[in-house]
Amino acid sequence: MPPSPQSGAETTLPSVTAVPGPRLAIRLDWLGIVPFMLFALLFLLLPTAFLMVGAFQDAQGHFTLAKLGLLLQGNVLDAYLISLEVSAASAIVGAIAGFALAWAVVHGGLPAWIRPSLLTFSGVAANFAGVPLAFAFLCTLGRTGLVTLLLQHYAGIDPYSTGFTLLSFHGLVLTYLYFQIPLMVLIVTPALEGLRKEWREASDSLGGTALHYWIHVALPVLAPSVLGASLLLFANAFGAVATAYALTGSSLNIVTILLYAQIRGDVLHDPNLGYALALGMIVITSLSSAGYLWLSARTQRRRS
Amino acid sequence: MKPASRAGAWLAIALGSLYFLLPLIATFEFSLRMRRESYSLEAYRVVLTDPGFQSAFGYSILMALLTVITSIVLVVPTACWIELRLPRMRPVIEFITLLPLVIPAIIIVFGYLRLYNSSSWLPLTGNERATDLLLICSYVTLSLPYMYRSVHSGLRAIDVRTLTEASESLGAGWFTTLAHVIAPALKSAILSGSFLTFAVVIGEFTMASLLNRPAFGPYLQLIGANRAYEPSALAVIAFLVTWASMGLIQVVSRNAAGAGAKRRLPGA
Repeated sequence: MPPSPQSGAETTLPSVTAVPGPRLAIRLDWLGIVPFMLFALLFLLLPTAFLMVGAFQDAQGHFTLAKLGLLLQGNVLDAYLISLEVSAASAIVGAIAGFALAWAVVHGGLPAWIRPSLLTFSGVAANFAGVPLAFAFLCTLGRTGLVTLLLQHYAGIDPYSTGFTLLSFHGLVLTYLYFQIPLMVLIVTPALEGLRKEWREASDSLGGTALHYWIHVALPVLAPSVLGASLLLFANAFGAVATAYALTGSSLNIVTILLYAQIRGDVLHDPNLGYALALGMIVITSLSSAGYLWLSARTQRRRS
Repeated sequence: MKPASRAGAWLAIALGSLYFLLPLIATFEFSLRMRRESYSLEAYRVVLTDPGFQSAFGYSILMALLTVITSIVLVVPTACWIELRLPRMRPVIEFITLLPLVIPAIIIVFGYLRLYNSSSWLPLTGNERATDLLLICSYVTLSLPYMYRSVHSGLRAIDVRTLTEASESLGAGWFTTLAHVIAPALKSAILSGSFLTFAVVIGEFTMASLLNRPAFGPYLQLIGANRAYEPSALAVIAFLVTWASMGLIQVVSRNAAGAGAKRRLPGA
């Protein structure tokens, strides 16, 4: 929405005139957001900034890079690597599966009642994360889980004899997908609804094949929102604690569990490592979210 | 639509249903296995009569309600003010409300523990009531993306400027306008945000566990580590609570749409 010249003149007018009334009003305007800003400062911005600054300070408050050096230990690097892998795998698979489901209900020619059902269910499942989700998967694919037993009885396959365990990389990705896929469905459905049927008809009537349509029309239009959504899914998985902790205890070495153990003091307590771990996580989630914001700004510009 | 792509759509829905329904069925089936000889609701009986469950669940419900109230009081006036008086601050406020999706909860709570520990300038972790307050503030922070988005889209749907001008020309002050004109018009948006907040907060684990408060999330984790069948019953209960919250959002927004249509009819 382009700002109209009049509204611009209105906002600049009080600052050039010397009348005290409007100036006071302008200052009072800012009072209205003071409670919110104060809250955000105290409970969101300051705590985060405190950790980021703390990562570069020694005990006396001098600048140091020593804490960041702690990140280069083998088990810490491993933790970051596994976290990145789990987040990337669950984001990519979640994005593809979520896209397929959203596509199926928007453009798949299915009965009309399926779309609202899927969206409602996605709203529930995207928020059904944490400890109960871990329980649900233990009941499903744990050693005595229903699917494990069914596979043993009827298919003659014992997943656990093939080396599968839920308390592993694959198990964690499979569990994370339960909230990643619905999140993707919720984000990407509006984008798919924006894809006009006329474009497909235009492509078809010009002799284009399905492949032409996808490469030249659908994918270029959808790419920013799909990529952006994937980045959001990535950050979502990267910061998750409860599901992984309830599923694997401290046995899977991912970075959130390492930080959790550091804060609880379960392992050899080193507050410096905590700061460094936190900084690393903030950098990674900020980068992926910055990518998301940039891509969604591009999408909006194109739509307007 | 070509038959091939329709078959693909059915396949996607079938596979999706399998993936999403199997864990629910399995969890329910598991929760009935507590008595060896036959299916029973024994696990639910054990869970629901456990004083630990009652106190943890009660504590979390109380925290969730206080969170919802605080969040409404903080977000609704701010969102209205931004819309009416400070539209140029909208991007800044929106950015701040999205930050809790970017900064993981574990980082925020780690910051609290460092900034507000018992030897700091504001020792909020010093006693239990103050820590409860800190927990509520942490939950309000987590709820910002949901509450702000909900209220903001609600504000977009009504003509808040005209409503405010009408109210003020009749002599109403800012508070009267907010409480008696804007808030009722935003009722369904506020309720949607509230139910979503409730669903997010009720089983939250990270904040409660690291602030060492006896909430439902840490209780679930404790039971999960020590019992066999109770966790599945608890998972079913947690799923039902989430489902109920989301269902109420649907009901509320459908009612609002219906009421809006009715209200528009006579004018048309």
